[in-house]
Amino acid sequence: MGKEIGIREEMPRQAPEVRRCNFDEVALGYSVEQAVGEAKRCLQCKKKPCVAGCPVEVDIPAFVHLIAEEKFLEAAKSLKTTNALPAICGRVCPQEEQCEQLCVLGKRDQPIAIGRLERFAADYEAANVDPAGKCDVTDRRPPVANMGKVAIVGSGPAGLTAAGELACMGYDVTIMEALHDPGGVLAYGIPPFRLPRTILNREIDYVRSLGVTIETNAIVGKLYTLRELLNEGYDAVFVGTGAGLPQFMKIPGENLNGVYSANEYLTRINLMKAYKYPEYPTPVRVGKKVAVIGAGNVAMDAARCSLRMGAEEVSIVYRRSRAEMPARAEEIENAEEEGVKMDLLTAPIRFIGDDEGFLKAMECIRMELGEPDSSGRRRPVPMEGSNYIQEVDTAVIAIGQSPNPVVRQSEPDLQTTKWGGIITDEETGLTSIPGIYAGGDAVTGAATVITAMGAGKKAARAIDAYVREKKGL
Amino acid sequence: MYKVVKKTRIADVVTLLEIEAPALAKKARAGQFVIVRLNEKSERIPLTLANWDAAAGTITIIFQHAGRSTHELADVQEGGEIRDVVGPLGTATEIENYGTVVCVGGGIGVAVLKPIAKALKEAGNTVISIIGARDKSLIILEDEMREASSELFITTDNGSYGRQGFVSNVLTDLIAEGRKIDLVFAIGPVPMMRVVADLTKQHGLRTVVSLDSVMIDGTGMCGGCRVTVGGETKFTCVDGPDFDAHQVDWAELVMRKKTYAHQEKCQLDAYKGGKG
Repeated sequence: MGKEIGIREEMPRQAPEVRRCNFDEVALGYSVEQAVGEAKRCLQCKKKPCVAGCPVEVDIPAFVHLIAEEKFLEAAKSLKTTNALPAICGRVCPQEEQCEQLCVLGKRDQPIAIGRLERFAADYEAANVDPAGKCDVTDRRPPVANMGKVAIVGSGPAGLTAAGELACMGYDVTIMEALHDPGGVLAYGIPPFRLPRTILNREIDYVRSLGVTIETNAIVGKLYTLRELLNEGYDAVFVGTGAGLPQFMKIPGENLNGVYSANEYLTRINLMKAYKYPEYPTPVRVGKKVAVIGAGNVAMDAARCSLRMGAEEVSIVYRRSRAEMPARAEEIENAEEEGVKMDLLTAPIRFIGDDEGFLKAMECIRMELGEPDSSGRRRPVPMEGSNYIQEVDTAVIAIGQSPNPVVRQSEPDLQTTKWGGIITDEETGLTSIPGIYAGGDAVTGAATVITAMGAGKKAARAIDAYVREKKGL
Repeated sequence: MYKVVKKTRIADVVTLLEIEAPALAKKARAGQFVIVRLNEKSERIPLTLANWDAAAGTITIIFQHAGRSTHELADVQEGGEIRDVVGPLGTATEIENYGTVVCVGGGIGVAVLKPIAKALKEAGNTVISIIGARDKSLIILEDEMREASSELFITTDNGSYGRQGFVSNVLTDLIAEGRKIDLVFAIGPVPMMRVVADLTKQHGLRTVVSLDSVMIDGTGMCGGCRVTVGGETKFTCVDGPDFDAHQVDWAELVMRKKTYAHQEKCQLDAYKGGKG
């Protein structure tokens, strides 16, 4: 407090040399004083430009104002009227590209730290009221709940959001999750040092407390088909199966032992808790020298996990330059502080194994940037004769994921794009089959948690309208 | 939680568990598998669906006690519970009337083969089965295979039961006798499948194998189970587990299955140490 208005409150973090050796959360959260100080910077604009940047339409000035007035529980409650997962969003949303980018203060100075305040309010509520986060259940759940039954396929951000919204509208909602724990990418992909599992589970429990049932080990497309769900009593289905299919580079040696997809690497470490091996017996091979191919948030997660698993040298290998790196600036900064090296304008062209088939090196080529390509970014062009061999014993391919194929393979009438994305109406999420809606990465390909949540919210409204019309309500 | 309603030790180091899983029992098809996680800390392990009974609402898994996780699973008592069972995973075997099909099974692979042989017979095929193992104590499902087949041959490496030798010896003889063979299924240890694949390739006999790669989720998400088939990377969990035997890159499969050999040995030693 007492700072000039242009400068935002710093987020306290674990020191790099400490945090690179543990899986505890890196960002420690605002103190009460910091939160109030930051909230007081808010200009409370009448036009609320920030809200337009939020896919789930959080009334940002309202909750920030409540924090400024030290009404922290009311701030949490205000958040939860539009967002069932505030502690998660406060941690993993790219606010700098969304709400904070539109903050009026950001035109001259630093924008309000909306994400950090969101996190503060949600954590304050959890710490001070009810560990299960159930404080405002009765506010949101309508007294008469018998609108109909909806099945949600996948318990990631899109599915949890759609489920929470529909439950609050009075629907009987069941989420079908293929894995043994709910959360989707929040559980298998994002490491606990960015999203502690207690926080994740608390918000999943909150969604359950709204009346949502989560059935784990239920793989739709195999155990039940979409049609069966519609025929067996569900009025509508929402498909939020995410972008689970890892992409590979199709270069020689990619199937050597020690070359992982980021999905497998992160799943072993985060979901199966290989970081607690051998107490948890699922193994992962993290070598001394780790190369992570790609420069998105998933790549940063894989690189930072590698350090924590004991790797001595970890590098991000990326074919474009720093300016094109898709990861959040904050994550790149965290990774570099922890000691991750950035090998930019570089691409592997071949992985080399030892006699037993274990990765021992990779051949790389240097790149330069040419003309812009279809993505608008300058196309990397290999520099002839720049090849070199780099010793490496673990490589993680983090160049993107495509939508999971299981549901679409089981439902020939479900129209998809040539790369496997489910085709939907943008406003409603309706697919080519009446009663079946979809959203999140299953539709867009790998994007962000909050975009998926926005799609879940839109689809929930459309499903409500569809069921009402069908039933003449 | 999934209740174990029946447990039988069907061979020396092979256990059968019948588990309550009504929805799964309704959907299972020959060639598919399940993933099992015993308790909160356990690994996810892919296991053969050896049988299912939609009316009783149960599925049957058969597994060899190989590593720590399968040993722990074999310690579950009748009436006990398994935390997670997910499936049916994988693409079901294509069952149609091919004519005469030879079903070759080695060791624990017979558990995968049995429902396939049964379905093939029901589809009108003449099913000739050859099952084998190292010795008599490891021969499983003999009666069931006899029932699912028109003819059954048994081999053991040491001659302790049936004919001495390998399953591939019997297949070689059938081919030499000029028996009409329209399709071969070969399911068992990789060396066995590889030998059968080499043999049938020489004779131009279409052959299908069922692979058991290392995997985590079994839903296409991790890519750990990738295998090269016909020069392309495929995922055993969603593209398989059945593949054209003549297109599989066997050397790569052998190599990939050894990724965690060291950790598996440490875990097994720790398990046995803990028991001792």
